[in-house]
Amino acid sequence: MSQLDFSTTLGNAWFPTPIFTASGCASSGKELAQFFDLRDMGAIVTKSIMTKPRAGRATPRMAETPSGMLNSIGLQGPGIDAFLANDLAWLVEQKARIIVSIAGETAEEFASLARRLRGVAGISALEVNISCPNVENRGMVFACHLESAQTVIEGVRRTIGGDLPIIAKLSPDVTDIVSIARGVIDAGADGLALINTVLGMVINPNTMRPHLGGRTGGLSGPAIRPIAVRAIYQVHEALPKVPILGMGGVSSGADAFELILAGASAVSVGTASFGNPTAIMKIQNELRQILTDKGFSSLREAVGFAHRPESSVR
Amino acid sequence: MAGINRSAAQLLATIVGNKKVGQYHQILISVGDLVAQCKPGNFVAISVGGLNSKMVLRRAFAISRTTTSPQYGGAIELIVAPFGNGSSWLCGLAEGEQIDITLPLGTAFGIPTTSVNALLVGGGYGSAPLFGLAEVLKERGCRVDMLLGASTGAKIYAPLEGKRSVNSLRIFTEDGSMGETGRITAPIAQLVSELQIDVIYSCGPMAMLKAISEILAGGDVVHQCAVEEAMACGIGICMTCVLPVKDETGKISNLRSCIDGPVMDGAAIEWDLVGKTLVL
Ligand SMILES: Cc1cc2nc3c(=O)[nH]c(=O)nc-3n(C[C@H](O)[C@H](O)[C@H](O)COP(=O)(O)OP(=O)(O)OC[C@H]3O[C@@H](n4cnc5c(N)ncnc54)[C@H](O)[C@@H]3O)c2cc1C
Ligand SMILES: Cc1cc2nc3c(=O)[nH]c(=O)nc-3n(C[C@H](O)[C@H](O)[C@H](O)COP(=O)(O)O)c2cc1C
Ligand code: FES
Repeated sequence: MSQLDFSTTLGNAWFPTPIFTASGCASSGKELAQFFDLRDMGAIVTKSIMTKPRAGRATPRMAETPSGMLNSIGLQGPGIDAFLANDLAWLVEQKARIIVSIAGETAEEFASLARRLRGVAGISALEVNISCPNVENRGMVFACHLESAQTVIEGVRRTIGGDLPIIAKLSPDVTDIVSIARGVIDAGADGLALINTVLGMVINPNTMRPHLGGRTGGLSGPAIRPIAVRAIYQVHEALPKVPILGMGGVSSGADAFELILAGASAVSVGTASFGNPTAIMKIQNELRQILTDKGFSSLREAVGFAHRPESSVR
Repeated sequence: MAGINRSAAQLLATIVGNKKVGQYHQILISVGDLVAQCKPGNFVAISVGGLNSKMVLRRAFAISRTTTSPQYGGAIELIVAPFGNGSSWLCGLAEGEQIDITLPLGTAFGIPTTSVNALLVGGGYGSAPLFGLAEVLKERGCRVDMLLGASTGAKIYAPLEGKRSVNSLRIFTEDGSMGETGRITAPIAQLVSELQIDVIYSCGPMAMLKAISEILAGGDVVHQCAVEEAMACGIGICMTCVLPVKDETGKISNLRSCIDGPVMDGAAIEWDLVGKTLVL
């Protein structure tokens, strides 16, 4: 093994490696633990948890698309009580590093979830999934509306106090992602998760109707990677000090490297795990090799490297 | 709740046979000692299209049977219908080629501890796992009768050697090109009482499984069915494959058919709620 420092930080949270699961793509963690030791990756990001148990949307919930897939799961989950008692307790027992993702229908729901998580031992950071509909604003997605996004983050910040890093997860379905990014950082977020899925639709040629039970779905996988790279690049350019958890279509070490060059300090892997249960281990090993081969002595040196001035060497 | 199949493993496996049988391909894959963990009802998930494929999700196939030979060691057999790009790619592989496969996945058919009367019902390639099941049931001293059905004769999968492991076999095709004309579900009610059936094992299209559950509703015949929902991962991490299932207390929840299935209790599935939004 080389001298490469592979560790990373998001706010005050430290991780030995920069490859994480993506929210909603690792279930409770138990399922992937069958294929590798969860402690060997940077962190597990849990599926977005809400206050009450949720049944989610009707099936069909997925459609494969060229180099990607659409999903409309609808945040099916056990609710915060069962999550804390079962899933989180198990993950803590495994000594995995844990980022808990929360989602809400109202700004108040986010704050009350933060209240439940405050003081719970074993959590490294909070990912706030604001890419879900705000029932108090005609179902407009929080992350697509600056004030709504800020209200959520302010509420979570106030409730959680200063210790636990808050990572706001943004939607790429906006005209100007930089202004939303700046807004949530001003509201108290420590970092940003970029990007959530891109809204899409598939129409079934046999039924001649939208294929998914939820009609629209979120596009993920390699098809969206250029969108993720662009979003991360733009935000890092505007806010170079803000740590970014990048994601979107990463399925190889080279893909993860691309997001890091754009400005990501860590990378989540979602859809790739569906096609390959050990994708995270593969990506992590490949990334380590690429960084070494390129002559970086630490991951940190590579973060945002694509932004270096024209005149600089390498 | 059934939970994760603890035997599941991912490996690069070699195709050791690929033969066309009617409209299907009988594909033999060398998987070594893992065969010992493969039970009738379990399935596999295969990465398709090769490196750099635009198909990002695995494809699920039921394990039809397991064999062991001095030539290639332990092997599993799949019966694959070339349906779309992924399954057609698999059917086009030659002997000696390698695939990335995860197995065994999901639940298996429950095997009775005493000798009972079993009726096995298979629709299309759904018959694939039933022949291996029939052998196990025969070893337990069960009486095993089988019904196979499809739209047309070329979609009936019924290998010669498989027929030996059942007491009777009736075939139904909707176009009458093989066996009796009509739907496979037509004779079930009568057979259940004539043969004093204790348990029905079924595998095939969801509409068939639903129809069997309706025929058996209210009775005491056990119905173990292997369901087929669209699956993105096959290992329980994506939540796409859910079905509404009722527990002992009457509570209905969306269970993952890749982890809590594919073999499920037909009486517990809320068939009328499949494809509907569940209100908790
Ligand atoms: C538990 C289980 C066992 C199965 N066993 C067999 C078997 O023994 N033999 C066999 O021929 N087929 C079997 N199938 C169906 C098989 O998985 C599909 O035919 C196959 O995925 C189609 O892929 P494609 O790329 O050819 O088609 P496409 O239509 O291009 O596939 C697009 C997407 O839809 C999904 N999909 C399409 N049809 C189905 C389907 N019927 N069921 C589930 N997902 C589907 C695919 O997985 C893929 O993600 C099984 C499915 C499940 C869930
Ligand atoms: C099936 C599925 C479920 C998801 N669930 C969530 C979720 O609960 N919360 C969330 O913030 N993002 C969720 N996402 C989005 C992913 O975390 C990720 O942002 C996106 O899929 C892009 O990464 P990928 O291309 O590596 O999958 C989900 C994605 C998929 C495919
Ligand atoms: S197929 Fe992914 S959870 Fe069942």
